[in-house]
Amino acid sequence: MNTETFRQHVLPVSVIVLAAILFWYCLTIGLNAPGAIARVLPKNGHWGYGDFVLTTLNMARPVLPAPHQILLDIWHSLTQWSLSSPRNLLLHTWVTASAALTGFSMGVVLGLLLAVCIVHSQTLDKALLPWIVASQTVPVLAIAPIVLIILGSLGITGLLPKAVIAMYLCFFPVTVAMVQGLRSPQKLEMELLHTYATGKLDTFWLLRLPASLPFLFPAFRVAIASGLVGTMVAELPTGAQAGLGARLLTGSYYGNTIQIWSALVMASLLGLLLTALVSLLERIVMRTRRTV
Amino acid sequence: MKPLHSGYLSLLLSLLMTGVALTQPLQQTATDILWTVHSPAMMIGMTLLAAALYAIWSPLALFHSAVFTFLTALAGLQLLRLGALAQPAAGYWLLVLSLALLAQLTVQRLAEARLAHLPQGAVAALFGGWLLYFWQLLVTVFAVPQVLLPTPLAILQAIMDNAGLLAGDFVQTVLKSVVIGYLLGSGLGILTGILIERFPFLQRGLLPLANLTSTIPLVGVAPIAVMWFGFDWPSKAAVIVLVTFFPALVSTLAGLQATGKLEQELMYSYAASPRLTLLALRLPAAMPFIFNALKVNSTLALISAIVAEFFGSPTAGLGFRISAEAARMHMPVVWAAIVVASLVGSGLYALLVRLERRVTFWHPAIRGHHR
Repeated sequence: MNTETFRQHVLPVSVIVLAAILFWYCLTIGLNAPGAIARVLPKNGHWGYGDFVLTTLNMARPVLPAPHQILLDIWHSLTQWSLSSPRNLLLHTWVTASAALTGFSMGVVLGLLLAVCIVHSQTLDKALLPWIVASQTVPVLAIAPIVLIILGSLGITGLLPKAVIAMYLCFFPVTVAMVQGLRSPQKLEMELLHTYATGKLDTFWLLRLPASLPFLFPAFRVAIASGLVGTMVAELPTGAQAGLGARLLTGSYYGNTIQIWSALVMASLLGLLLTALVSLLERIVMRTRRTV
Repeated sequence: MKPLHSGYLSLLLSLLMTGVALTQPLQQTATDILWTVHSPAMMIGMTLLAAALYAIWSPLALFHSAVFTFLTALAGLQLLRLGALAQPAAGYWLLVLSLALLAQLTVQRLAEARLAHLPQGAVAALFGGWLLYFWQLLVTVFAVPQVLLPTPLAILQAIMDNAGLLAGDFVQTVLKSVVIGYLLGSGLGILTGILIERFPFLQRGLLPLANLTSTIPLVGVAPIAVMWFGFDWPSKAAVIVLVTFFPALVSTLAGLQATGKLEQELMYSYAASPRLTLLALRLPAAMPFIFNALKVNSTLALISAIVAEFFGSPTAGLGFRISAEAARMHMPVVWAAIVVASLVGSGLYALLVRLERRVTFWHPAIRGHHR
């Protein structure tokens, strides 16, 4: 790492992160102070500032847990319980991740199919695309409880209903971006292929698909992020046994703030990981494309 | 103009099926529905035949496809009025299939009729209308239980019956949580963006982190917000502030950097103060970006409010209505709440688009649109 990138990127980011953590600690002390004074610290008032700060940072049921409490909670759940135990956060993360990824793959397939149909059919373009665009303005997540009930009464439970909701959220961005991408080739390029008497299928593979890739990957990033939110929300109304959404809900039922925060942190890490995977895929695909 | 354009195969199939349907019984056990001249089935069959024959010989123009659509819709209405048959038989299914083919053709014909004065979205509206129609028809015929899928008419009925209740939910969720949270969150985001722009260090430190938040399920803070701010609207507004803040911030920063070097140098040559440059050049140039964020945020805000209400709310609110009525299996009401939420979502979006047209009238994309 040279000094320039350090000065331009690493230093500012680390300063902001440090400031945020410091702010969090101050907030923790401030928010937990009334509870600590009322419940934990001795009533006679024989306590100094040191005791006070230590107590607020290590409460069992804090209003706002300190960062180290959250990290410790995650660490304990990862190390002290087996992978199959419901107290292990990795199990919940895996349950959510598998549903989100299944839904994402289904959504991508559906979105790509729809986009190909829309690009090649004028009727679908005029009849279907406006609805797909309009549906982006609608709170689609509200439909999650209905999907769960319909699939549940058909006897489908477990991973699939969550994946269906994730799919529902994933396919919109993919379709819209793919339609845009498949239409992005210039007239000149299309006409060149036309002079070669290239068929529709070959035009698709040779020109339209490669041209759509730059549009596709940003849509994938949006899709996987919203798919993750969809999966977590889908875990709420079913009273699901496992999953990060279920952890959030049980944590909020029992007032266990540390559990909520550690589930949130794991969800954020999962979101970052999934997006990073998409970026990695993008880099691999785009690199091969450039060398060809 | 050549009369036979496209879909002649569907037309012929439709004609054939309607013809066969006229010789088939409509109901398995019925002796009462006979193919007399005045029976409803005969009327439907005749209307369908008329529509198909008309479509074969009509040229591809708006007037003719409108007549064709009208005839098909007429047959559809009659078919709907026939109601739920006890045991629909071959004749009925043939009529439905024939109608489906013709309905598909009406959409196709309208899409192919290249007309300048056809209002935008007319084809989509027709398609949506047919979709609703077949939803109603099939759910009625197959006697799908209301718990699984209510008919569109039942949903409409539920909206009218529960208008007061839904109005209360609208006030609670939209007017209190969404509007306040949205304005606060987006406003703070934009303001922070403008302030931070002056400090490159802060900007370089904050921007990567703000970008990362788009991959994080921020809605998850809802249970914490409920604990901190209570069940009522402040907790929902707090979630919305958090969720809408970062997109507004990121877009504002990107927008403020979108001005070209030429324009900036022009302002410099005028000896314009930074504040004047901001007001006269950079902020207007950032408007398209800011409006993009505002549009994204309007959907995000509504979703966040609804999801946050799943975690606990007073006995009103669209999210509360959806989860509570879903638990009691009152599905028409659930659908009614979703319809209201969707209308609000698209209404907000449409409002923002209009506002954007007003504010960024100079932008090439908008000017090109009016041409």
